[in-house]
Amino acid sequence: MKRIEAVNDFVIKFANVNGTGSASANNMFAKSLFRMGLPISPKNIFPSNIQGLPTWYEVRVNENGYLGRRGGVDMMVCMNPQSMAKDIQEVEAGGYFFYDSSKPLDLRLMRSDIHFIGVPLKDLCQREYSDARQQQLFRNIIYVGALSALLDIEFDVLTGLVSDQFRGKEKLITPNVRALEIGYHYAAEHYQCPLGIRVERRDEVGDQILIDGNTAASLGAIYGGATVAAWYPITPSTSVVDGFDKYCKRLRIDPGSGNKNYAIVQAEDELAAIGMVIGASWNGARAFTATSGPGISLMSEFLGLAYFAEIPTVLIDVQRAGPSTGMPTRTQQSDVLACAYASHGDTKHVLLFPATPRECFEMSADAFDLAETLQTPVIMLTDLDLGMNDTMSPPLVWDDKREYKRGKVFNEEQLEAMIERFGRYLDVDGDGIPYRTYPGTHPTKGAFFTRGTSRDEYAVYTEDGDAYEKNMQRLLKKWDTAKNLVPMPELIEANKGGSKVGVIHFGTSRDATLEAIDALAAEGIAVDTLRIKGFPFHKSVDAFIEQHDTVFVVDQNRDAQMRTLLVNECLVSPRDLISILNYNGTPITARKIRDEIIAVLRGDNVRPLHKKKMAKESV
Amino acid sequence: MTYIRPAFRHPELPRNELGFTRKDYEGAISTLCAGCGHDSISAAIVQACFELSIAPHKVAKLSGIGCSSKTPTYFLGNSHGFNSVHGRMPSVATGANLANRDLIYVGVSGDGDTASIGMGQFTHAVRRNLNMMYVVENNGCYGLTKGQDSATADIGSASKKGEPNHFEPIDLASVALQLGATFVARSFSGDRQQLVPLIKAAISHRGFAFIDVISPCVTFNNNPKSTKGYEHVRDHLAATGTVDYVPFKQEISTEYEQGQSKEVTLHDGSVVHLHKADPELDLNSRRSALRLIKDYKAKDQILTGLLFMDEKSQDLHEILGTSKTPLRDLGEAELCPGQKVLDKLNESLR
Repeated sequence: MKRIEAVNDFVIKFANVNGTGSASANNMFAKSLFRMGLPISPKNIFPSNIQGLPTWYEVRVNENGYLGRRGGVDMMVCMNPQSMAKDIQEVEAGGYFFYDSSKPLDLRLMRSDIHFIGVPLKDLCQREYSDARQQQLFRNIIYVGALSALLDIEFDVLTGLVSDQFRGKEKLITPNVRALEIGYHYAAEHYQCPLGIRVERRDEVGDQILIDGNTAASLGAIYGGATVAAWYPITPSTSVVDGFDKYCKRLRIDPGSGNKNYAIVQAEDELAAIGMVIGASWNGARAFTATSGPGISLMSEFLGLAYFAEIPTVLIDVQRAGPSTGMPTRTQQSDVLACAYASHGDTKHVLLFPATPRECFEMSADAFDLAETLQTPVIMLTDLDLGMNDTMSPPLVWDDKREYKRGKVFNEEQLEAMIERFGRYLDVDGDGIPYRTYPGTHPTKGAFFTRGTSRDEYAVYTEDGDAYEKNMQRLLKKWDTAKNLVPMPELIEANKGGSKVGVIHFGTSRDATLEAIDALAAEGIAVDTLRIKGFPFHKSVDAFIEQHDTVFVVDQNRDAQMRTLLVNECLVSPRDLISILNYNGTPITARKIRDEIIAVLRGDNVRPLHKKKMAKESV
Repeated sequence: MTYIRPAFRHPELPRNELGFTRKDYEGAISTLCAGCGHDSISAAIVQACFELSIAPHKVAKLSGIGCSSKTPTYFLGNSHGFNSVHGRMPSVATGANLANRDLIYVGVSGDGDTASIGMGQFTHAVRRNLNMMYVVENNGCYGLTKGQDSATADIGSASKKGEPNHFEPIDLASVALQLGATFVARSFSGDRQQLVPLIKAAISHRGFAFIDVISPCVTFNNNPKSTKGYEHVRDHLAATGTVDYVPFKQEISTEYEQGQSKEVTLHDGSVVHLHKADPELDLNSRRSALRLIKDYKAKDQILTGLLFMDEKSQDLHEILGTSKTPLRDLGEAELCPGQKVLDKLNESLR
């Protein structure tokens, strides 16, 4: 029988039951590989449930640093009889199936092309522990111990992790190490270790860290000077505010008084959450909220007000598969259009698309500068995949000399010295961005009444159509100013001079896309890539589409939302852009991207290959 | 009412402690219908702020959508104002208050804006004891969309169209009492003598101060069959008593009968004095207030005046334990932990 042989390059998947304490054991497994200097990308695939339903944890090890989902499973660690039949089917031929052999396997499930590795976890636990809760918790640690022998994980690294995890609770260290040993010895005695797939120490991690995007975003909000967080709990964004709370408790308590230099309010719903953010921002504080798709729908009316009344608003949208009763614990990039054009009337919003935890940190901090500079909502669009999974990332960096860009705000002295009349919506500098004042600044100057659009440049009530049009034109000018303030797209050319084939991608499609491009290069197909990091689009996005004969757009949603946005904003014909779509709730894989590009380039598919230049000229 | 207001003011208009005249507290000219109760409320707010000697720019005015929510334009022209989203003023006020605890927050809403579309936000602002004055200009109907019944319309009450309302009314003062508002009053836009001291007390109160002001809609809901018209309200009024607001440092000169009066000292040292008309009212008891509202309603009377006060409560900032310095005034030094902290954090994530 074939046996998958691989060093530092495989996918292992854990099938667990939700609420059985498997998460910390699985994290320990992943982190042990990370500490052996190996790039890893662990991903939780979990149900909307607290206890009882199947949950999976997939870890990809790849010493070349490919972090996207690869597709396929080389080894399955089966801890859940409920999902066993399907889990067995998922293993690649020649792969390995690890299971609890305390009970014999159902013969009907057996496959002749994979290797079954049984360890009697339940029996080992019953022998060692009398308490039922302990039996369950240590069962998880025992399988990690067994994997240590089977995959050649350095045992010292595991014991080091146990010591770190239980620092301050020393008496828990010995029984956990004991459980690791039980598993290790059983596997070592009963199987030829290591298996065909195994790990070897490398130095491929460098100074990188392992952090989830939501935590990184919450730190970005702290470093970016957010003082007010208003939110309503919703998966998968909840951990953004949890993180903000956790780190504020450490970093934002005034040492003298013990008072908080921040405020967090759990609102009654998302409407109230965004309302609080707008109120706080209007009054001069840096404020933010975090939500997911259904929250965006609820916040839409307020987002329009913030756009028209020109109030800085920072929103972090951790996208998930829609709708509310859809797949709240699965990933997607399906709020692109809902966010870009949120609300009624003519509105469009600044978007940021981070692809790594470090970018979550940086963009979340930058969002406050951008929102205050532009006096408009800024939405950072991440997703469940990046937000909730520990992801390898360059370390977080902050320039201590950096000052917050608070935008155009008149203070008391400036108002005092002002001879002309203050006009809240007057385009003084020609960039479409007016000056604002905070309430309470000056006794007689600078006060204004905030409302949507039924006002003139001096914020005085009017329903005059000309004043309305003039204001809308100024907002467009401001939009143009924004094009040069949002992060520039990232261009990677396959070779000097570039290829005629290009791929546009954004957010978490990055890892899989770049890996697919490498695979294509190895097959002799050169492909350029452009990663969009912000909206409105920079002019280089137009240029990229113009310069390539075949342009693919990778979208993790059904309706090709980024492609639609490109068609709408860049004046390109829909014919010019070929979609690569993934929307099953799991992150897109490199294999899928590579296969679809190959299929189109080979002409396996009837979609047009070449742009119709005529279509563009007729626009 | 749209009219031309002369810019001329008598040079010797009385000035308050800060040297401001009443004019400094006025706003733009009202565009509401002539005789609208809301304009009287605006005038009462102007009078109260003038008498309290509040620096006009230290007030932030917030509202939702509707006739009532237009009124912040018509008072305190030197204050920042915010005409927000229908029913969502409480959340905007909450955020504004979190950003700067040192300003005075005046929220104006209507019965549609509060009791229907904004009921959720209203109840939660009450629960949080947000430090603000929240005035509902209650006319029992939707004025800006031409007179539909609102959720505070009494059963049987009919608007201009003549169709009686069939649905149970929401009594906002009772709701506020049940949810923990720490200052609850009811008044009538036509009773300025009562309204001005109530507004002064509400502004000085630390915590959520709610005033339900019955304010007839002259255009759509001022007919004989309406229970929120001028005629009906005037004929069915009963008051908890006479309210006096005595600012800090000023002696209380009025003498009241023993057992019939109640004095409450607010956190800023000013005193609210209620000369009770009904000895049954216990100003510190929600239960007493709720019972009396019901008792008077059963007699077909509207009980107005100060209904309940809890002067010792903690507002949202005190509950959260936020910095005494307004959050919006904190800078990089207080807010940004710097690279050294990140270095440690990075290390812990390896």
